Amino acid sequence: MSDTAHAGTDGGHDHTPRGWKRWAYSTNHKDIGTLYLALAVLAAIVGGSMSALIRLELTEHGIQFIDDFQFYNMLVTAHGFVMVFFVVMPALIGGFGNWFVPLMIGTPDMAFPRMNNVSFWLLAAALVLLVASTFIAGGVGTGWTVYPPLSNADFHPGMAVDFGILSLHLAGASSILGAINLITTILNMRAPGMTLHRMPLFVWSMLITAFLLLMAIPVLAGALTMLLTDRNFGTTFFSPEGGGDPIFWQHLFWFFGHPEVYIMVLPAFGIISHIISTFSKKPIFGYLGMAYAMLAIGFVGFIVWAHHMYTVGFNVETRSYFVIATMVIAVPTGVKIFSWLATMWGGSIDFKTPMLYAMGFIFLFVAGGVTGITLANAGVDQAFHDTYFVVAHFHYVLSVATVFAIYAGIYYWIGKMSGRQYSEIAGRWQFWITFVGVNVLFFPQHFLGMAGMPRRIPDYPDAYAGWNMVSSIGAVITMVGAFLFLWILFRTLTAGAPAKDNPWGEGATTLEWTVPSPAPFHTHEELPDMGDPKAAE
Amino acid sequence: MNRYRWIGSPLIFLSTWLAASTGALAAGPKPWQMNFQEAATPVMEDIISFHNLLLVIEILIVLFVLGLMLVIIIKFNSKANPVPSKTTHNTLLEVIWTVVPIAILMVIAVPSMKLLFFMDKAKNPELTLKITGNQWFWSYQYPDNGDFEFDSNIVAEEDLEKGGKRLLEVDERVVLPVNTEIRLLMTSNDVIHNWAMPSFGVKMDTVPGRTNESWIKVTRTGTFYGQCSELCGVNHGFMPIRVDVVSKAEFAKWAAASKVKHARIETPPKTADHATARATVKAIQLVQTAVRTPGAQILKR
Repeated sequence: MSDTAHAGTDGGHDHTPRGWKRWAYSTNHKDIGTLYLALAVLAAIVGGSMSALIRLELTEHGIQFIDDFQFYNMLVTAHGFVMVFFVVMPALIGGFGNWFVPLMIGTPDMAFPRMNNVSFWLLAAALVLLVASTFIAGGVGTGWTVYPPLSNADFHPGMAVDFGILSLHLAGASSILGAINLITTILNMRAPGMTLHRMPLFVWSMLITAFLLLMAIPVLAGALTMLLTDRNFGTTFFSPEGGGDPIFWQHLFWFFGHPEVYIMVLPAFGIISHIISTFSKKPIFGYLGMAYAMLAIGFVGFIVWAHHMYTVGFNVETRSYFVIATMVIAVPTGVKIFSWLATMWGGSIDFKTPMLYAMGFIFLFVAGGVTGITLANAGVDQAFHDTYFVVAHFHYVLSVATVFAIYAGIYYWIGKMSGRQYSEIAGRWQFWITFVGVNVLFFPQHFLGMAGMPRRIPDYPDAYAGWNMVSSIGAVITMVGAFLFLWILFRTLTAGAPAKDNPWGEGATTLEWTVPSPAPFHTHEELPDMGDPKAAE
Repeated sequence: MNRYRWIGSPLIFLSTWLAASTGALAAGPKPWQMNFQEAATPVMEDIISFHNLLLVIEILIVLFVLGLMLVIIIKFNSKANPVPSKTTHNTLLEVIWTVVPIAILMVIAVPSMKLLFFMDKAKNPELTLKITGNQWFWSYQYPDNGDFEFDSNIVAEEDLEKGGKRLLEVDERVVLPVNTEIRLLMTSNDVIHNWAMPSFGVKMDTVPGRTNESWIKVTRTGTFYGQCSELCGVNHGFMPIRVDVVSKAEFAKWAAASKVKHARIETPPKTADHATARATVKAIQLVQTAVRTPGAQILKR
């Protein structure tokens, strides 16, 4: 292996930059991936603290400590933005995507290394703008959906919303550049013999995600620009006084917003597929079905956006279309769930921490998925829309399932990324604490929603107090899990046992396990030969 | 008040659960409630019965997956099954797990569509109630009963009457007749609000520049509570809805009295209210700016 590492033109020196320049100027996919992951951990601490404040305020009825309700609305909004744009997306796409797409397809780096650097720093700037917006004029108190008229200059006169808009613009530009990079890399730079149909599922998931980003983000950018000119230059795209329509914004926002949900969950599907195959010591069941199920989910994700808008006053025919289209998503999702179960069936499973998280992911994604079927039906959605039932639903599929995939990915790959292995016993404790915590936290919110408790309120009628208290207790347990995770991360990086090149054994068959741990600065300088695809079949 | 009341909560939970399963209750949410509020309209009854179907299907799906996972954990761990199989394809199985979900979805879709088309619009409305959302109160207008109009504001905690429900009581209640098909027309004066009444199965956005329509036919008299269900700014959590449903005779009496009480002496001060509401928001935000972020003012001005 050292032969490959020293095969550079200048003989035994691979020009690893040192100091701050290594990170600030980085064009190396692994370093940029690490930067993304670090940003995600940092943002998770910020966004998690915000949710802790929200849950503390809601622990009992009455006002606990947030008597400024604009501040409460700002917390709700910023929590959403931070978690979606600065935790889940950077961790899954920027972090794991950068690290493992080139490793898995057997190529030395991303197609556009300099653009990769720009992507990251745009996102860092976006986070700065978003954090700045919380300190300006009471912050953005519109919810992450930024619905006008509440978000226009009459009702949010300060510059907070403008900062928020510009933050999303930068985050969007970052995502588009990242998506272009991923698509180009995956389509053009696969190792010889690695056809699309032999590509690892995580790479498939990143390819589909990148296309979703490329098509969804420009719509958001257009909508944001219209809102910006509405606020500052007197246009009336979204105000009826000038012939505009607030519902227009909702169409544009959700045309982006619904694919965004799959942008967050498809990479998680990819990671979970690898982990389940690795620890079951079996190849993934129904590989092509899995890949095309993701493609189908990505496609259908673009034609179901208005199921977020059942109560805006659509005619009944429109709603019936969106009901049917939305329920169709359950079919490819079912294919994925059952294929994972079939992969495990007959396997010889080691229940290491990543596998525990993967199984937790499957169970909780199913639990959150079936409430999605409930909400897909516009009829019953009239009872559930904007209640805590919706909060429970999307936290089950995002905050629980997707974050489980992030935890799983870090445990799975930390040996490869850092060269040090986590403590298995601590990892298992961390899983069980988090698993119990998130369920105690989010399951009672189904009951609150059925009883009619609206979202985004800082105080609630006394009858809702009981389950809110339970939910807050769950939040505390989840936080204990999160702190334990930070400690495990710190211990692993500073004092973890050295990781083997392949710590997981025969089940780990993808190319990242063929390079040393930690992965050297440059890998796959000689392209691995994946053989003749015809011969393999 | 009693900060540790939740310790006794299992008892409260048990008793309310028993109460909920044995008989009817007054409307509004109950402590430790785990289900819908009791239906008071045909639409809500249909929502509940359709949801019961959904719930059974969904619980079965979750239990099925959980069951398979338990079997996997017991039978296919590395101790019990040291040699993994290499099966990666089974066409029949793959067809089944694609077709069966489609069949389940079709079973769901039929009642779903029925419900959707039934709840859409009133067939023969006998009465119209016009609802307007404002930051942060509701205005109600009775165009069929003399076109009187009034505002409905939250009752502050310190002004609550004995037995009044905190955050749910209002100064001027909506009064409606029982067993009457009523058309609801909704719009807004400022931002998007949402008029939501859980026991009626009604939840509709009030959008400025649009008029949305919904309908109710309340089948029993009583008091019903709801809350604004679309984030509408600082006091979003504090614009409740209270509807008193009374007999038709009582309603006629109330409407006659209200026509006098809320008679339009001058042009309605709507625009003034609107302006006040906006000014209030601006004032609140300026104060917040000054209090929390002195540095930000430099950026702003």
